[in-house]
Amino acid sequence: MPDWLIIRTFWELTVTGLALGSIYALVALGYTLVYGVLRLINFAHSEIFMVGTFGALLASSQFLSIPLLEDGNYPYRTGMTLIIFLVFIMLIAMLFSGIGAVVLERVAYRPLRGNGDAFGAIVLAFLTAFIVSLVFVDQAKINVIIALLATAPISYAYMRFFKQGRKAPRLAFLISAIGASTAISEAVGVWSKHGRDQYQTPRLLEKKTLFTMFGTDVRIDYAIVIVGALLMMTALTLFVNKTRLGRGVRAVAQDAETSRILGVNVDLIIIVTFALGGVMAGGAAMLFTLVYDQTRFNIGFILGVKSFTAAVLGGIGNLKGALLGGLLLGLVENYGSAIFGGQWKDVIAFVVLLVVLMFRPTGLLGESLGKARV
Amino acid sequence: MSLVLNFWLRVTALFSGFGEQFRAMNKWQRYSAYGLGVVALYLLPYWPDVPVLGQIVNTPGSQFETVLNDQVVIFVLIALGLNVVVGIAGLLDLGYVGFYAVGAYVTAILTSAHGNLPWLLALPIAVVISMLFGLILGTPTLRLRGDYLAIVTLGFGEIIRLTAKNMDWLGASRGISNIKKPPSMFGLKFGVLDAKPYFYLGLTMVFIVIFILHRLEYSRVGRAWVAIREDEDAAELMGVNTFKFKLWAFTIGAGIGGLAGVHYAGKVGFINPDNFPLQLSILFLAAVVLGGSGNMYGAILGGILVAYMPERLRNFSDKRILVFGIVLVLMMVFRPEGILPKRVGNEHKKRRARSQEGEVAS
Amino acid sequence: MSEVLLDFNNVTMQFGGVTALNEVSLQIKQGEILGLIGPNGAGKTTCFNVMTGVYAPTLGTVSFEGKNLAKLKRFEITKVGIARTFQNIRLFSEMTALENVMVGADARKKASVGGAILRTSRQRHEEKESRERSMELLQFMGISDRAETAARNLPYGYQRRLEIARALATEPKLLCLDEPAAGFNPAEKEELNELILKIREQGYTVLLIEHDMNVVMKVSDRVAVLDFGQKIADGLPADVRNNPAVIAAYLGVEDNAS
Ligand SMILES: Nc1ncnc2c1ncn2[C@@H]1O[C@H](COP(=O)(O)OP(=O)(O)OP(=O)(O)O)[C@@H](O)[C@H]1O
Ligand SMILES: [Mg+2]
Repeated sequence: MPDWLIIRTFWELTVTGLALGSIYALVALGYTLVYGVLRLINFAHSEIFMVGTFGALLASSQFLSIPLLEDGNYPYRTGMTLIIFLVFIMLIAMLFSGIGAVVLERVAYRPLRGNGDAFGAIVLAFLTAFIVSLVFVDQAKINVIIALLATAPISYAYMRFFKQGRKAPRLAFLISAIGASTAISEAVGVWSKHGRDQYQTPRLLEKKTLFTMFGTDVRIDYAIVIVGALLMMTALTLFVNKTRLGRGVRAVAQDAETSRILGVNVDLIIIVTFALGGVMAGGAAMLFTLVYDQTRFNIGFILGVKSFTAAVLGGIGNLKGALLGGLLLGLVENYGSAIFGGQWKDVIAFVVLLVVLMFRPTGLLGESLGKARV
Repeated sequence: MSLVLNFWLRVTALFSGFGEQFRAMNKWQRYSAYGLGVVALYLLPYWPDVPVLGQIVNTPGSQFETVLNDQVVIFVLIALGLNVVVGIAGLLDLGYVGFYAVGAYVTAILTSAHGNLPWLLALPIAVVISMLFGLILGTPTLRLRGDYLAIVTLGFGEIIRLTAKNMDWLGASRGISNIKKPPSMFGLKFGVLDAKPYFYLGLTMVFIVIFILHRLEYSRVGRAWVAIREDEDAAELMGVNTFKFKLWAFTIGAGIGGLAGVHYAGKVGFINPDNFPLQLSILFLAAVVLGGSGNMYGAILGGILVAYMPERLRNFSDKRILVFGIVLVLMMVFRPEGILPKRVGNEHKKRRARSQEGEVAS
Repeated sequence: MSEVLLDFNNVTMQFGGVTALNEVSLQIKQGEILGLIGPNGAGKTTCFNVMTGVYAPTLGTVSFEGKNLAKLKRFEITKVGIARTFQNIRLFSEMTALENVMVGADARKKASVGGAILRTSRQRHEEKESRERSMELLQFMGISDRAETAARNLPYGYQRRLEIARALATEPKLLCLDEPAAGFNPAEKEELNELILKIREQGYTVLLIEHDMNVVMKVSDRVAVLDFGQKIADGLPADVRNNPAVIAAYLGVEDNAS
């Protein structure tokens, strides 16, 4: 057999590919859930992931006061402390992303569905006043004060507008998503401590080999990512299949109108859907910082595109599809890079998507929610 | 705030009132109004010299005519092309930057990297090749439904950029320099410093594109596009060869994107892959929807705003993109159909009916 | 008697486990009005969908003027001469009434992108023809006063009639109407009956799905009855009305079918 890179490093590529793929899969779940329920490409989901990475950063460096050591050493923790810390960081990341996703839904999507509420009106009013005040002064504190003062009357006007219950066309949702995505990442880029620079996240886990398989060392962080992702996905599947709220999510995904008539609180279900997607993205974010030790205001964009690709690859709207698509994409990218060179990684990912869609127009596993037409 | 809303309604009412008045004019009045408008547009580079008006329009920190050409004209061309695809035919294209890049790269290859053709000859070739790319991408993908198309086109845009970045033949990340400029014509010399000739050329391209698209829109082709956008299955069952017309929309859009690329390459003389990031596609789409998806003039307005406002509002430069994002959300919440929504029915039909009478009479 | 226009030969249509049509054979003759009735979910709309190429039948063939439709795409089937309306109205809502009809009329036209850009004489001629014919059809359906209104802003009754105008514009030989009178009051139904009879007088063959027995019996030359995907009767209205199988099929649904 020739000494090809792909053959020599096959198992190593498999392990790293599965780890990367697990992260894709977790983020893809968010796209798929929201798409399943609202038929909306939640373009801002990538930013929810980004917010999660910052949540993880904040949790470890601020709440747990873990220092970033400059001298080449790492603030390693071990044993029970390590486990508790990891779980804590993950919970905080999930909290950040979950809340982010719910706020996003209330502010940027719900008003477009024609039933905006006070919360959305207030946030939008604040944002309006804020950007208008920027034209006159540009000092964060003053802007915020002006904006706060103007929020009440503006939100009143906005509420009155919401009462009309106008529904926006489909394309408007996508643009609103793009706007929200831009705004969130820019807000972090402008106001976070180091602005647009890269952030190092403390590495509190020594990345040593956990065990050896097929002659390849499996590093502990990869193992955590893969196992963690599988656990989260199992939990999600159980939630969706076994709980009342989960059944609600499935019902609305099948047919929102009928569900509403049958007494399902559709707005609540939509919030749950976003929260679930957010929590998954938060988990993915924490696992991401665990492997890559870094984040940045625009880290979500490419990862989001890839994860969405993964969701479509597997069959959007289909939870198993997200898993399959994510893992497959991670693997294909890795193998492809080894064959054609790392610079072609993204090209390979998209070409695979194109080819799959050519033969299976609704992804590998198909949309789980068939559309009856005509 | 209701005051502001009120004001906004007034302003838009003013616009539509203006339209009504405009349509009430007779043929000659209308043509002279058009003529005046066109002249005013060609004189745009001189607007900053006019008192008061100059204060309002001038861009701090960058040369006004450079902004006009390198930003506004390019964005308007692209918004026009993308509007055919997204606004009229309803095909969600998130990779439009790919066609723009193809136009620019073909020009660069033919006039500098691997050829020595004059720019003027490269132009039609580049446009045709862009259209071919549209055809090649569209043939397999236009059978997919809406959202799948979005991700596939997004991938396409990225494939084009990465291919340019990783192939030495395409200049890799260095890009391609010494791209030829348009030849002197009508007394205009296309040099390095003066952006005005490029603007005149670009504006002329815009007018030609408007002319062509106008004819298409009000024909069997345009009706087929809108029908497809509104209900693809019903359109097909009413005898519309949906695949063919979708492909046409895609191809024509690609050609216009390519044209913008040709113009851009000819002006700046140097391109590299970083000129064509994925985010640009999204900005293009935002321009179309912000202005009024499905309405050619709305799309133009969107193109102008998205290209010009950031240059005008230099004073809070680091927050421009942030503000842009928030504005997009606010617009979609309060006016999702864009600043100039597409209009159906009465107004322009009456006008058309009238102009047809004119045609019959002459 | 007269020749067969459309031949539905042993057609079975399955969706997963649901058999919407079970070995249905049906013939439509040139120039007749055939009423197609049956309780909810009997498979009537599915018949239309199979005829117009929306679904490929699981088994069996559909042929039109002796030509098998299986290989034709949907828009080609329209061009062969079958046009339809939709049970749940599917107009192009952001187009005017006139434009909606013109889309139908365009089916018979040839000018495409080149013609439109160059405004060739053929293109202008076709455009004029489309417009005039469409206007005529709007007048015929009695809705020309709202020709310039966006379809979504039309009153319900106008929308139903616009669907028929749009279908007629494709110059079909066979016109398929899927519950065109749904939601109409008796007076409106009466008007529509007149129109359907007039349409037939102009030489069109009509296939009519209708829930209201009275309407069907009045306008149809012949009636076919579907129940659970099977054809249970086919004959003159009077015979069908007294057919015990039909009465049985309808008994359970009598109260919600009217
Ligand atoms: N695309 C589809 N997928 C699955 N099942 C379908 C589909 N289309 C129709 N059916 C099923 O086929 C059966 C026949 O439906 P069809 O719409 O033809 O009935 P119909 O006679 O038109 O009824 P109605 O009077 O309510 O319009 C129904 O059970 C329906 O649920
Ligand atoms: Mg039916």
